[in-house]
Amino acid sequence: METNRYILSILVDNEPGVLSRISGLFSGRGFNIDSLSVAKTADPHVSVVTMVTFCDAHVIEQIKKQLHKLINVITVNDLTQKAYVERELALVKVHAKTDKRAEIMRIVDIFRSRIVDVGSSHFIVEVSGDSGKLNAFVELMKPMGIIEIASTGTIALGRETGK
Amino acid sequence: MKLTGAQILIKMIKAQGVNTIFGYPGGATIDIHDEILKHDDLRHVLVRHEQGAVHMADAYARVRQTTGVALVTSGPGATNAVTGLASAHCDSIPIVVFTGQVPTGLIGNDAFQEVDIVGITRPCTKHNYLVKDPSKLAEIIQEAFFIAGSGRPGPVLVDLPKDIVQAMIDFQMPGPVKMHTYKPNYKPNKKQMTRAVKLIKAARRPVMFAGGGVILSGASKEFTRIAKLTNIPVTASLMGLGAFPGSDPNWLGMLGMHGTYRANMSIGHSDLIFAAGVRFDDRVTGNLEKFAPDAKVIQIDIDPTSIHKNVEVDCPIVGDCKMALADIAALMEKEARENLMTDRDAWLNRINEWKQLTPLKYEQSFDTIKPQYVVKKLHDITQGKAIVTTEVGQNQMWTAQYYHFEAPNHFITSGGLGVMGFGLPAAIGAKAAAPDKTVVCVAGDGSIQMNSQELMTAVAERLDVKIVILNNRYLGMVRQWQELFYDKVYADTNMEAQPDFVKLADAYGAKGFRCDDPAKVTETLETGLNTPGTVIMEFIVEREESVYPMVPAGGAITDMLLV
Ligand SMILES: Cc1ncc(C[n+]2csc(CCOP(=O)(O)OP(=O)(O)O)c2C)c(N)n1
Ligand SMILES: [Mg+2]
Repeated sequence: METNRYILSILVDNEPGVLSRISGLFSGRGFNIDSLSVAKTADPHVSVVTMVTFCDAHVIEQIKKQLHKLINVITVNDLTQKAYVERELALVKVHAKTDKRAEIMRIVDIFRSRIVDVGSSHFIVEVSGDSGKLNAFVELMKPMGIIEIASTGTIALGRETGK
Repeated sequence: MKLTGAQILIKMIKAQGVNTIFGYPGGATIDIHDEILKHDDLRHVLVRHEQGAVHMADAYARVRQTTGVALVTSGPGATNAVTGLASAHCDSIPIVVFTGQVPTGLIGNDAFQEVDIVGITRPCTKHNYLVKDPSKLAEIIQEAFFIAGSGRPGPVLVDLPKDIVQAMIDFQMPGPVKMHTYKPNYKPNKKQMTRAVKLIKAARRPVMFAGGGVILSGASKEFTRIAKLTNIPVTASLMGLGAFPGSDPNWLGMLGMHGTYRANMSIGHSDLIFAAGVRFDDRVTGNLEKFAPDAKVIQIDIDPTSIHKNVEVDCPIVGDCKMALADIAALMEKEARENLMTDRDAWLNRINEWKQLTPLKYEQSFDTIKPQYVVKKLHDITQGKAIVTTEVGQNQMWTAQYYHFEAPNHFITSGGLGVMGFGLPAAIGAKAAAPDKTVVCVAGDGSIQMNSQELMTAVAERLDVKIVILNNRYLGMVRQWQELFYDKVYADTNMEAQPDFVKLADAYGAKGFRCDDPAKVTETLETGLNTPGTVIMEFIVEREESVYPMVPAGGAITDMLLV
């Protein structure tokens, strides 16, 4: 079966240990995690886990059912089944020698990203978008010399009005 | 009303209708044992090793069809309970295990006898809790029982720090459990059930297949009713034995690696498998690609993850087995009977040929006892009515094959995890649950040594169990694999160095009998079973007897080694 990219938005009880139940499920059953992000929601008792995984249709069905079976999981929403918006935010620290500064700034501009820190020989750039855009940006920065990258992993929401 | 944590714990346990706790004390749990002592209507069975306590709770739960309870101390007490939890998890048995824990203020400090038991047992429990807030104690205990016993049952662990157990807490009996994240779905889908009946009517070579879920949901009656209405032959997994009477002419025997030839052939050639409460484990399916190539599959299960996991299912029915089978039987009763069993004779005749061709068999011998013969005689003498627990290995498979179980909850075995050392404590737990029943543990000489300390528990608590040791002086099942697949190199499976089991019985205050003469098997069993108290009957059996038929691991279930 063919491998696809899936984004799951998982609402969970905001309790200690819940994340390890989820990550333990993935490691124990050999499911892949490409990225994972955890955040608060409007409800203080509920957190949202956004997870990206690459697998086939059979495996994603098991993943969804197994997640659902965890006592602390409230809902499992497969965003890739419908229209959704996804974003990832990265901070990229890149060498910015005098002769490269203009070029970096031009690329930053094209990507609608921002320079958030300027040092004597480096910039930190904040860039957000889907993972394709972020990858493209990183590729362009590589020749300049990337010092460090921090990124959030994918977060996403369905486009429909309800949850 | 103000109560201590320990008082609340015992109150909540009693509110569940539990009358027995299997446990072992330690510094972290003294307060709880102190409280138990004050309750005449609550029995505490003092075990000799915590693993035993959890297996006892497991068997108690199966026999009484409620939730079993074990209580162990922090650190090593808790880690000793892990195997028991993992076994109950694999077999979906409802138990709640309470572990002592160091006081909340010390958690995370590598305190004496502190382990992160919640972390350790996360993957081998249905759910677990660390109680940190005394005001939540009652509610958590109630939730623990609710989770253990509902939906697909399973073990739940509750970790109790010592300061919580000692705290004075405002107590109110909590109302009914309400959990927004956990609502098991029992009600099967009507449309799917109507489809199932259609598929059954259209089938020419159907087989019904029962698993542990039929037994757990108390659905044997409904399952058997459908088998009768439709005249469909029946097989079962190891965990499903007893769901359908072993004496019924339509009983095919067990399915899978050591299933009967006719059960495996019937499934292999079927055009419809009507499965209830099974998970299509690899021991049952063999090579998945070659599993029942022509069969459509109807599968009833309370747990959606069991469906489409290993086998593609044409008609999934998510819900309680008992409800679904009752509803399907009701739908069938509206049909003309002949429509429910079109052309059945041809199919049954074919199955009968398989049966005639290769029945379960072993060669009688005049000088050496065959282990199968011992199990067969045990069946005859107890009229198939005993509760039988097993250890793991050949002894387990021979019991499954030759003790033709008639009723559910009479065969108690560690199916999914296959824990050597399960059988003896399980027999003790079963006896605590059903004091009027004859409880027999069929054991191997290797396995019995894994928890033989529980002989003391049986004797001290007067929980009389009868232990039949099939002594081949080998780790027989492993030896069998070595014989078949490892050029007969019997590396580390020789068990000739072993205790004198008759003296062992004696040392614990039990009775021991040994028998090495085929002519005296019946007599020894009769004497042993009729001797009051806990009894070991040791049978010196053919050393290199193997369990047949057998599907080599990874093979198709229809490719069986017959002898
Ligand atoms: C705790 C544990 N350790 C190891 C095994 C692997 N194992 C499976 S069957 C078996 C042999 C059991 O020997 P015995 O109890 O003498 O039974 P027999 O097969 O000879 O009837 C072993 C070692 C196991 N199932 N459980
Ligand atoms: Mg043996």
